[in-house]
Amino acid sequence: MAGLDARDTRFLLIVVALTLFTPILLQPFPESSSLAQFNAGYPDLMQRFAIFGIFAIGFNILFGLTGYLSFGHAAFLGVGSYATVWMFKLLSYNVLPGLILAVITSGLFALLIGYISLRRSGIYFSILTLAFAQMSFNLAYSVLTPITNGETGLQVYTDDPQYLLAEGGLTTTHIFGLAMNKSLVAPVGGWEFTFNVGYYFCAVIAIAAFYLSLRIFRSPFGMMLRAVKSNQQRMSYTGLNTRPYTLAAFVISGMYAGLAGGLMASMDPLAGAERMQWTASGEVVLMTILGGAGTLMGPVLGAGFIKYFENIFSKINDNVLHGWFAFLPDGLEDLLVTIVHPFVGKGWHLTLGLLFMLVVIFLPGGLVEVGQRLRRLFTRRGGTPDAADPRHAPKSAPHVAE
Amino acid sequence: MDAILLQILNGLDKGSAYALIALGLTLIFGTLGVVNFAHGALFMLGAFCAVTLQRILTFSFETVDDSRTDFLGNPLKVETPYVEAWFGPQTGGAIIDWSVPLAILFAIPVMISIGFAMERGLIRHFYKRPHADQILVTFGLAIVLQEIVKYFFGANPIPTPAPESFRGALDFGILLGFDPNVIIYPYWRLVYFLFAMTIIGGVFAFLRYTTFGMVVRAGMADRETVGLLGIDIDRRFTVMFGIAAAVAGLAGVMYTPINAPNYHMGMDFLVLSFVVVVVGGMGSLPGAVLAGFLLGILESFASMNEVKAILPGIDQIIIYLVAIIILLTRPRGLMGRRGVMEE
Amino acid sequence: MGILEVRNVNKRFGGLQALADVNLSVQENAVHAIIGPNGAGKSTLLNCLVGKLIPDTGTVMFDGQSVLGRKPHEINQTGISRVFQTPEIFGDLTVLENVMIPCFATRDGAFRLHAIRTVRAEQDIMERAERVLIDMSLQDRLRDHAASLSRGDKRRLEMAMCLAQEPRLLLLDEPTAGMARADTNKTIDLLKEIRDTRNITMAIIEHDMHVVFSLAERITVLAQGAPLVEDTPENIKGHPKVQEAYLGQAHG
Repeated sequence: MAGLDARDTRFLLIVVALTLFTPILLQPFPESSSLAQFNAGYPDLMQRFAIFGIFAIGFNILFGLTGYLSFGHAAFLGVGSYATVWMFKLLSYNVLPGLILAVITSGLFALLIGYISLRRSGIYFSILTLAFAQMSFNLAYSVLTPITNGETGLQVYTDDPQYLLAEGGLTTTHIFGLAMNKSLVAPVGGWEFTFNVGYYFCAVIAIAAFYLSLRIFRSPFGMMLRAVKSNQQRMSYTGLNTRPYTLAAFVISGMYAGLAGGLMASMDPLAGAERMQWTASGEVVLMTILGGAGTLMGPVLGAGFIKYFENIFSKINDNVLHGWFAFLPDGLEDLLVTIVHPFVGKGWHLTLGLLFMLVVIFLPGGLVEVGQRLRRLFTRRGGTPDAADPRHAPKSAPHVAE
Repeated sequence: MDAILLQILNGLDKGSAYALIALGLTLIFGTLGVVNFAHGALFMLGAFCAVTLQRILTFSFETVDDSRTDFLGNPLKVETPYVEAWFGPQTGGAIIDWSVPLAILFAIPVMISIGFAMERGLIRHFYKRPHADQILVTFGLAIVLQEIVKYFFGANPIPTPAPESFRGALDFGILLGFDPNVIIYPYWRLVYFLFAMTIIGGVFAFLRYTTFGMVVRAGMADRETVGLLGIDIDRRFTVMFGIAAAVAGLAGVMYTPINAPNYHMGMDFLVLSFVVVVVGGMGSLPGAVLAGFLLGILESFASMNEVKAILPGIDQIIIYLVAIIILLTRPRGLMGRRGVMEE
Repeated sequence: MGILEVRNVNKRFGGLQALADVNLSVQENAVHAIIGPNGAGKSTLLNCLVGKLIPDTGTVMFDGQSVLGRKPHEINQTGISRVFQTPEIFGDLTVLENVMIPCFATRDGAFRLHAIRTVRAEQDIMERAERVLIDMSLQDRLRDHAASLSRGDKRRLEMAMCLAQEPRLLLLDEPTAGMARADTNKTIDLLKEIRDTRNITMAIIEHDMHVVFSLAERITVLAQGAPLVEDTPENIKGHPKVQEAYLGQAHG
């Protein structure tokens, strides 16, 4: 189906199903239970899953396939957000023109930055992208204030022209009249599921983005990108010009970032320069590595993982901890709470940093590798020797000729 | 003329910080071949050594002074630092006042130990891994370190003043025959610059005149050969990492009166320091120092109103702009050796 | 007029004259060896041919066209493939993919953004790659990682990658360097087979006299950056100058 073989099709369908049922799957605890706070099926968080998923999928096309580590991708995210908000200001709250402009501008911006940065490789490339992103960030705060509205952030004001906004038209973001913040809340038994327009809009785009990346991974172009990572010298002595390949990958991933930025602004019509800071670029690097760079599912898993636990961990406070450890004797309880305390709540970043280090040190394949190892363990016990599926890990992907 | 001089002076303190951090980065990169994204965090840890010492010195006990009352009419509670109680208010007060310079003594062993621990525990295992992995793991470490500091010291900047006698400013203009109040330069910045020069001089002398330094320099030039000579280069590299950590830490200690330290100051300086290293030439120590001062001064010039009127926003991007131009036209940097990381 | 014509090429590295007025003419469909003691300039010459180095003066003509100043990938596209001293392959890719890439390069040129069609849909490319791999007896390892191959298999894979491009000139840089005698003999057989079954011009840089004399039809001897003599293997063997410059030195 859709130009994919049976296994990829099945893989894609699973992803589609998971995405569509997210509002149910992430709401496993009844509203009345004490665990309800670990439900993640509310619109804002789900939207973030989809948006950061797109961001990470795009980043993975560059880093996962070519090995070029960009530390400046947040700049494209920011550009996408600004472009979209400007469309809101000039036209109307329909998100479509904004998203289109976001992809185009971030693509052009990526073309410019990529053209210069890709003249170097390795650490120099990382530093060049970092320098460009910091430059954009600084400019957004200073000279470009007329475009970015500086520290306040860009937003829509009532006196903005909004030429296409009809009398009595929607004053929240929407897609052809369907407001993004509209939700259908369905109470089923003790559970409560929220089906939000914004989430499904992001989800459909995320699925399309995932599908496109799947096609790129399976295409000759994707193979060339992996060849760039593997051996550039052999590439040029095989008559291939590596520069346009890496540039194309850079621009595509920049456009993904721009799209993600546009979607962020579409969910909440605001754009601030902090989205462009290099720590934000670092976040997408974390997501991709944590999930498994160079794999199809990795970046999505990484993005979901980080955003989910960011949300959960920041909710855990000492009261919750005391609740958990209440069955222990008092002294031990207090001790455990004291030990765990720095890692939860506001300490989420500490946990994230540690986790990230552990992954880089021990599990360069990320969460996907964990999954593969578990599966191998499982299948070996089941008696089928080594049925592990390396298909979704291009590093070991002997599938092309099937 | 006086305006130019003023900008040069203004650029010196930031330039000193850049130069010191970049010096450590280059030492580590040149000797160990490791790209250390946690180096900014070491600078930050140094600054918090000063904060810690200040906290220790001002550790107080509470007494009730019946002779005075607070605004509610209750007897006044007086906090007396133990130091003052032990050494008397005069000496004790002076010790507290001098907590930042004293923190140098405190920071050296602390930072060297941290450096040793980092190299032995983590960096060592990444010598043979790709640069991307080194960047990633040290980036993770930087996050961990800054979050730990945030946990203990909070997110707000902590004022850490210089000793009383250095708080004023020097009217530099008068010394050079200009009108008074034209070139005013805070004493502490002058101290910082001189301190930086001393450290830089010390590191260079150490590398030049000690056998240890000679081996390290040889290792920077050609690691394999030195290894073949049967010299235990790895142990020396551990020491080198400790020294680099100490240099970054001391730069942080002395910087605290200029900018109140906060947990993310390391990240802020890190990006710029990397840019400095690249401009100076990857692996070139004099290059790092030169580029540090050069970029610090350049930044200060770019923030002149006259310049900003012509090129708005130039002060925000000048360093990056220079780095990009250098990387594209002369990838080995100002003083880098030919062929070192040129690709 | 040979397919490859090198005229008056000079290359200097600082104070070292690496190549001094080198002239070389390789005839079409011939196997031409370039030999010489260490530091004679063999590798420098090869690097000048493939665009890695640019000579200070002189011309390099391939098939009547100058290749000077062109980038390596452009030179390859004119029909020159190169085998390295240590095999340069795509270690992270499968054996089959390794050979498909040069097939794509030959068909689509230096760059093409074919990002949507899947690799599986490229039947003809795959068949072509498989055919070459069968010729190189690697058909059992199509789906293995290239990095997992033995050194000899890597050499054969690299050869397959070059042959898949159907180059008009194949440059080999010490193809038997560091090999055991048995492997060297295997490589000689392989090259002989390529010579006999394909219309291909080969230029071999080699240290090992055994290899050179079993394969080459013409031999150029380089010494200190300049060509000493050029002749058939029979004549080279007895040539006094060569004995002096090369064999004499090699045997002490």
